[in-house]
Amino acid sequence: MEFRAAGESKKRPDVNTATPEQWRTYLYTKSNLADWVTETWYHRAGCRRYFAIERHTVTNEIRTSRLPAAQIRLDESKGS
Amino acid sequence: MDRQVNETSVPSNTRPGKSTAKYPAKYSAFSLIKHGLAKSDWPRAWREHDLKKTYDVVIIGAGIHGLATAYYLATNHGITNIAIVDKGYVGGGGSGRNTSIVRSNYLTPEGVRFYNRSVHLYQDLSADLNFNIMFGQMGHLTLAHNDSSLRTMRWRAEVNKLEGIDSEVIGPDDIKQIVPYMDTSTNTRYPIVGALFHPPGGTVRHDAVNWGYARGADVRGCEIHQNTEVLGITTIGDEVTGVTTNRGQISTKIVVNCTAGWASLINAMVGLKMPIVTHPLQAAVTEPVKKFLNTVVVSGSLHVYVSQTDRGELVFGASTDPYASYSMRGSLEFTEELAGHVLELIPSIAKMRVLRQWAGLCDMTPDFSPIMGFTPVKGYVVDVGWGTYGFKAGPVSGEAMAQLIATQRVPDIISTFDFARFAEGRLVGEKGAAAVGH
Repeated sequence: MEFRAAGESKKRPDVNTATPEQWRTYLYTKSNLADWVTETWYHRAGCRRYFAIERHTVTNEIRTSRLPAAQIRLDESKGS
Repeated sequence: MDRQVNETSVPSNTRPGKSTAKYPAKYSAFSLIKHGLAKSDWPRAWREHDLKKTYDVVIIGAGIHGLATAYYLATNHGITNIAIVDKGYVGGGGSGRNTSIVRSNYLTPEGVRFYNRSVHLYQDLSADLNFNIMFGQMGHLTLAHNDSSLRTMRWRAEVNKLEGIDSEVIGPDDIKQIVPYMDTSTNTRYPIVGALFHPPGGTVRHDAVNWGYARGADVRGCEIHQNTEVLGITTIGDEVTGVTTNRGQISTKIVVNCTAGWASLINAMVGLKMPIVTHPLQAAVTEPVKKFLNTVVVSGSLHVYVSQTDRGELVFGASTDPYASYSMRGSLEFTEELAGHVLELIPSIAKMRVLRQWAGLCDMTPDFSPIMGFTPVKGYVVDVGWGTYGFKAGPVSGEAMAQLIATQRVPDIISTFDFARFAEGRLVGEKGAAAVGH
């Protein structure tokens, strides 16, 4: 498949200060909404970049797509 | 009594809120002959009721887990003031959409013990429920296509045998004996190198299990409320006080979440988040042909499982769709991929036609094990995270959840499936689940 779903977008806690409980909550806990969600996808058979989309999990309709902030910073540092 | 019965009203002995001592009559050979000769209608298998103001227990979800929990609460613990509420109809979710495979040849000892109890309950269920659930223990073959999956099979077989379960690794020649139509040659892309053979495994008629438990719960005094959607759960402090539905408010001290794919939406009503992602799982059925496949055949590497029903249709299932969704639509990609994989195993069925396909929702957890038991919200208990193995676990889950609710203690058989395991880093890691590729 050309695209791979990487799951819900969420803020990663600081690895140096996070407690094990905070880290496990980040790892495992999901909102799993039946609504518009923002999630990360990977264009694996293409530009091989991670990007963010807004998708409705009941209809699978996609509203917007964009590069996430982290990917944009990575691209800028490479000068692409 | 009002004798005018139109098509939409229910027969007089099933009027809302009323019950008769004799209702419903036991099913038997005699009742079959009687109704057959008289061509009379069968009485409804369960009643409809007005929603009461108070129940001891409210179970959300009238699928196999919710109904079995009510049935065992009534049968084993004498608790009958129970409402089972569902936004749809009995068995309309995963309980009526699964591929109805029952087995206990899992990998973890706790998983094996748990599912084995379910197989034993299924063996006696037709008699217990007075409802023929058509459990056919025709045997279950899990194919290995490479060394690493054969190693997992060997591991599983040894764990199974330690738990006293009939389970053994067999080679391609033995597989050919059991399923003569299987391509066991080495000229395929993924040659079959062996299989885990589990004779007690088989299939059940899933609708019969739903209806049997529904009827069994109803006759013991539990109330099934279909088309009753839960809109909210009321709490005071950290304690459950009731449930808001589209048919009114109910007060109760115990709410049980048995909603599988929709579990996260109910959890959100009490402010809980769990490690659950809802993925659709698709299945398909072919036209009926003469019986030729006498075993359930599963391939983890090819992501397919197939069995033949008593009517002769082949029932196919696969792994879950690769992204989270609450949509239950089928896709052409699924059918194409499935057909390709099935034909690698049994090439001679190439001309068979697929009659229909459908999808159910699976509440996947990171360790392929359920989340059962108490939560930080007092009175709110969960029986969720059922992923791709909820149907085969239905009876044992109902029995264990009933014991948990009645005694307010966690039974040993489900003690490792608690919600706290994720925060504490004690995942169960059930690699014997069907959704796990090997």
